[in-house]
Amino acid sequence: MPANPSEDRVREIIADHVALEGPLLPIFHALQAEYGHVPQLAVPVIAEVLNLGRAEVHGVMSFYHDFRKEPAGKHVVKICRAEACQSVGGDAISERAMKLLGVDWHGTTKNGNVTLEPVFCLGLCACAPAAMVDGKVVGRVDAAKLDRILAEVGA
Amino acid sequence: MSMKIYVPRDAAAKALGADEVAAAVKAEAAKRGMDVTVVRNGSRGMVWLEPLVEVEGAAGRMGFGPVDAADVAGLFEAGFGAHRLALGLTEEIPFFKSQTRLTFQRCGVIDPLSLGDYEAHGGLVGLRRALEMTGPQIVAEVTESGLRGRGGAGFPTGIKWKTVADAKADQKYIVVNADEGDSATFADRMIMEGDPFTLIEGMIIAGIAVGATKGYVYIRSEYPDAVEVMHRAVNNGRALGLLGASVLGSGHVFDVEVRVGAGAYVCGEETSLLNSLEGKRGVVRAKPPLPALQGFLGKPTVVNNVISLATVPVIMEKGAAFYKDFGLGRSRGTIPLQIAGNVKFGGLYETAFGLTLGDIVDKIGGGTASGRPVKAVQVGGPLGAYFPRALFDTPFGYEEFAGKDGLVGHAGLTVFDDTADMLKMARFAMEFCAIESCGKCTPCRIGAVRGVETVDRIAAGDPSAMPVLKDLCNTMKFGSLCALGGFTPYPVMSAVTHFPDDFARSKEAAE
Ligand SMILES: Cc1cc2nc3c(=O)[nH]c(=O)nc-3n(C[C@H](O)[C@H](O)[C@H](O)COP(=O)(O)O)c2cc1C
Ligand code: SF4
Ligand code: FES
Repeated sequence: MPANPSEDRVREIIADHVALEGPLLPIFHALQAEYGHVPQLAVPVIAEVLNLGRAEVHGVMSFYHDFRKEPAGKHVVKICRAEACQSVGGDAISERAMKLLGVDWHGTTKNGNVTLEPVFCLGLCACAPAAMVDGKVVGRVDAAKLDRILAEVGA
Repeated sequence: MSMKIYVPRDAAAKALGADEVAAAVKAEAAKRGMDVTVVRNGSRGMVWLEPLVEVEGAAGRMGFGPVDAADVAGLFEAGFGAHRLALGLTEEIPFFKSQTRLTFQRCGVIDPLSLGDYEAHGGLVGLRRALEMTGPQIVAEVTESGLRGRGGAGFPTGIKWKTVADAKADQKYIVVNADEGDSATFADRMIMEGDPFTLIEGMIIAGIAVGATKGYVYIRSEYPDAVEVMHRAVNNGRALGLLGASVLGSGHVFDVEVRVGAGAYVCGEETSLLNSLEGKRGVVRAKPPLPALQGFLGKPTVVNNVISLATVPVIMEKGAAFYKDFGLGRSRGTIPLQIAGNVKFGGLYETAFGLTLGDIVDKIGGGTASGRPVKAVQVGGPLGAYFPRALFDTPFGYEEFAGKDGLVGHAGLTVFDDTADMLKMARFAMEFCAIESCGKCTPCRIGAVRGVETVDRIAAGDPSAMPVLKDLCNTMKFGSLCALGGFTPYPVMSAVTHFPDDFARSKEAAE
């Protein structure tokens, strides 16, 4: 992941999507895929290219839970908080994760390795509780499985 | 001849180790010098048996499951015959055999990315028939089938299409709602991962019917596997002339683009979804104008749920009368039930409307996974009501559930055992609404936050809080612009009504 976003590269990414109908979300996604977050230096550039106000670009970005202004930890662990997961002990898994990581939701561990995010349903409700680790799905998470996951990501 | 081994690529199978199993199968075959082709199929929907590995036998596909990577060598050793994990013929497993698989007829059977496989199993028959018909004839056929929107509202699909078809415009769109945010639902995900061409075929038929040449599939970002399969299927479809300047050489133009959401539940509401697709904040638009007349970029737009559109090919293949023959009352055809939560046999079960809730939960689902008594079943996701055992005789149908102050929604069912605390579930419903509110109207934005506080007061033993909660629910129900604020009272009030004991907390108990 390139550490320092350059305006040139940001312009390239925007240019790749500008012909789409409604290009803004695809642009945010592409920037986040490249940098792990949406670098704030991109906001005025997007505003200029798409002919929008900066406030509007900010407003759209902040509406969506997915887009981050700041880089996340090296690994992102998402744990499902929705009903089907709750029905089989999901809350206890969330609490255990927070305790082991020493963070609350959206927090990043002190060593910078793990960010913990809540998610509302991963479509794995028949093999709940569910989690996602860097985009990889995990089902039937119990305490032992959680501990293994957290150890693997260097919590 | 090469031996075919099926290891699902479905996200639920992967979440239970299917990728590791597929790798182990390849490694073991190589070690034994065997010529094995691993097919990454969709899921058959029996999630408690995933990863469900299948091999072609003389009488049909033989299933083994749930398979762990560590079991693979043993399965080879047994020649995929007698083995502790052997399930016999997959299609003879009672959970599978008793279904009526129309929309999901190919899901789990074929290689999802092979258009050849798709055609060999009845795919494109519906489209070819549609290509011989006029737009109004297709619309009439879909109307006649009785198909209603599977996204939740249950609006007749044919009538929606007619509005778009009759609108005059230089450009119209088909937008697929694949935001599937409801807990306990995964039918959209399963069909996109297991039989994506069914959805694409349904979109093309819709396009021809209403005169639209462009389709979008808006998939939630929580579904990276579905996004990947849909992208690849669209590319394959384009390369093989199914999509593009001339659909199957017919001269009809139709292309599809896959878009990814960004973690907002409300973007499943159709107008919020359209705003999101346009690159705006996902706030709900006031209706009118209807999206059918002024939808994406102000153009006439069909917004349909994945399952609504994925059901169109079978309707066109077998005819409206065939489809309409299944069902109950005004709920025609089949519905993919998604049985989830604390349940023994969890998964997807496609059947005609009309089974009772009790049969679904006790007979098909086999009761709870924990072995404890069933306390409540939430039907229809986070905006759906909690049903107690006393209402288990309710037949599965739109009107039947509405009559019991509930909803069918996207047909997800979450089973809870007797350890569930319904006050906690009511609090969660309010909290979820507060987190996901688009912020446009006060009853939802502020009401949900007040709702959490009020439930907390009830939990603390404050007797004056209950009337406040009821008032609040009333205000939300009648004063909200969309069903997020408007339906959150369903789970809350059903919990209060059917499980009063969980709300009768004395001060001492709470302290
Ligand atoms: C808060 C909210 C969330 C919704 N989420 C979805 C969803 O995830 N998928 C869906 O198809 N419909 C969803 N809907 C319903 C849509 O607004 C719309 O009715 C549906 O996409 C129409 O397609 P259909 O007629 O094929 O069901 C939601 C509605 C609301 C109010
Ligand atoms: S009810 Fe809630 S989500 Fe719906 S429009 Fe109003 S504020 Fe937005
Ligand atoms: S409720 Fe947790 S995965 Fe669906």
